[in-house]
Amino acid sequence: MPAVDVRLLEVVKRFGDMVAVDRLTLDIQDGEFFSLLGPSGCGKTTTLRMIGGFEEPTSGLIELQGEDVTWLPPFKRNVNTVFQNYALFPHLTIYDNVAFGLRRKGVKDAEVKRRVTEMLELVELPGFERRKPTQISGGQAQRVALARALINRPAVLLLDEPLGALDLKLRKQMQVELKRIQQEVGITFIYVTHDQEEAMTMSDRIAVMNQGHIEQLGDPESLYERPSTRFVAGFLGISNLLPGAVEGTDGSYATVRMADTSSVRAPSALVGSHADVSIGVRPEKIRLREPADRTPDGHNQITGVVRDASYLGVSTQYVVEARGGARLTVYEQNVERTTRAELWAPGEEVLLTWSPDHSFVVVDQPTPAVDGSTPA
Amino acid sequence: MSATPEVAPGLAVTARRTAGRGGGVLRAFERWGVPLFTAAAIFYLLIPILVMIAFSFNDPPGRFNFVWGEFSLAAWGNPFGRPRLGDALATSLVVAFISTVVATALGTLIALSLTRYQFRGRSATNLFVFIPMATPEIVLGASLLTMFVGTATEPWRTLTGGALFPLGTQTILIAHIMFNISYVVVTVRARMQGFPRHLEEAAMDLGANGWTTFWKVTFPLILPGILAAGLLAFSLSIDDFIITQFTSGTEQTFPVWVWASIRNNLPPQIHVIGTMVFVVAVGLVALNTILTGRREARDRRIAQEEAAGARKARLAVPE
Ligand SMILES: Nc1ncnc2c1ncn2[C@@H]1O[C@H](COP(=O)(O)OP(=O)(O)O)[C@@H](O)[C@H]1O
Ligand SMILES: [Mg+2]
Repeated sequence: MPAVDVRLLEVVKRFGDMVAVDRLTLDIQDGEFFSLLGPSGCGKTTTLRMIGGFEEPTSGLIELQGEDVTWLPPFKRNVNTVFQNYALFPHLTIYDNVAFGLRRKGVKDAEVKRRVTEMLELVELPGFERRKPTQISGGQAQRVALARALINRPAVLLLDEPLGALDLKLRKQMQVELKRIQQEVGITFIYVTHDQEEAMTMSDRIAVMNQGHIEQLGDPESLYERPSTRFVAGFLGISNLLPGAVEGTDGSYATVRMADTSSVRAPSALVGSHADVSIGVRPEKIRLREPADRTPDGHNQITGVVRDASYLGVSTQYVVEARGGARLTVYEQNVERTTRAELWAPGEEVLLTWSPDHSFVVVDQPTPAVDGSTPA
Repeated sequence: MSATPEVAPGLAVTARRTAGRGGGVLRAFERWGVPLFTAAAIFYLLIPILVMIAFSFNDPPGRFNFVWGEFSLAAWGNPFGRPRLGDALATSLVVAFISTVVATALGTLIALSLTRYQFRGRSATNLFVFIPMATPEIVLGASLLTMFVGTATEPWRTLTGGALFPLGTQTILIAHIMFNISYVVVTVRARMQGFPRHLEEAAMDLGANGWTTFWKVTFPLILPGILAAGLLAFSLSIDDFIITQFTSGTEQTFPVWVWASIRNNLPPQIHVIGTMVFVVAVGLVALNTILTGRREARDRRIAQEEAAGARKARLAVPE
């Protein structure tokens, strides 16, 4: 089990009456690529700034490699930051920018030169030493900012939306690059982003934040497959949510009856002891069938009418209105039907089926933060 | 309604023709009007200076250098050849230098604290800093005189042995530092307003404490503002007449000397010294322009060289 690198304990940050970060508790492992994901204004930057030492928490504790750093100034923390706008020093050359941290530590000139050269090679910018920050592109500035932080070999690297200012193509390229560099240097990365795809691509674990608290924490797959709150279900990808009442449990599955009297099943471990839940299912997990077709044993099924079909190339997106009036989004891979030119047409009646294992459960009133939303 | 389609094209044509004519006038104005206007404005600004330079080579028929007599280098050969003129100029320079250094240092610190700290009395300070600029100079001069003279009356005179603020160079200095601080604060504060604070955070993030951050990042970035403030302070001080006249006692600065002498003569030496100041100022500006241009050219060349180097390196790598 790797050591805990960064620990936040009941961290609160208030700006006047505004609670920016609300009792945040978090353990980040050594060498992990960890993301804070959430919409603008949810407190990601504030959290990162408290770890970096630029903001003092109103209450709570921040530990770095077991040491309490809550009240230490930034220059006494073994942490470096890649700022969103890069924050390169405009009056210094690229070389002096990258060498800035080493010089503060009194590293010898020859050693500085060796390490700056090595670092610029790592970020693929050799030969840029004598340029000024105004003479390089945004993507290059991004790499310089990364080199300037990494050269200090910090315990943790903090990145605040570092790719936000780049165009899409460059962003995709830098995502891969960042992940490569992180694996190469083996430093813990804490990455702030509002882009769920970016977080999913790069992270080992993600904390989804909303209004200053963590909604759900987990690896990308579990967050996508098993979102536990309505917010997470909606923020990561598209979800279909069907509200209903829990009727009973037969072993590993619970049955939930919806307002239109049809029922669906979901893993009972997810339902727990709740009475009112919403059953969720991702659009690509649903199969569309002829109403007369046989549903595979034990699969959920509801009937509906196709309202809209959009051909997207790799797949087709349907909007299907269930009998109870709920509108569900369904993705169907364009494997068989399109070659026979048989897309479902609006107005057609269809049967929607999916495996109960693909159902997830969202509880609308979040239980108080006692760690027991899913009692066994 | 049927008339609309017929009328509309006609209107459109008229509109276009008008626009065309307007455009032509505008273009003609841009080509001829703007340069002419600019030349006239520059000429207007330069006339007094040209007159000053010309009359520094004059041998006036009387005691006043108002009427052209004949060309002469006499005044240039002996620029300080009037009683106390050299002393007055020296006093001016000393006062301007010291008041610039002190006011720039203090004013910069005030501007820094005003822009980055919240403290009690901050808005009051902002207001007080503005007062010396808003108050008529003559009022300021008169009240300074009142204050300085007040300190020479009882009980202060006995208490200090009369050493408190006798009028002279020291009182001129106090007055000049006072009004210069205001101008420095305003100039540096303007520069600080848009200061990218995240650069300081970046420096601290990289291990620089407050002191190092100031000298390695903040100071180099606001230095142009500080230099501009210093230049402004220097020229305001060397220029000042009204406040100096009130606070100088028997001491004379150059403007005070000119004012004193003008009652019975106006020697061409005044024009000579004016011309010298003008030449030095223009020389400094020219030097600055040349140095900036050279630095930019060097940065550009480096960027090009490095780009070429990088291309070559890429070509050299075997695929
Ligand atoms: N210095 C500050 N003063 C007052 N409010 C602030 C300050 N910094 C952030 N906030 C507020 O705190 C909330 C969280 O901000 P932030 O952490 O920047 O969000 P995010 O990075 O997730 O977009 C926002 O509502 C923001 O307006
Ligand atoms: Mg942010």
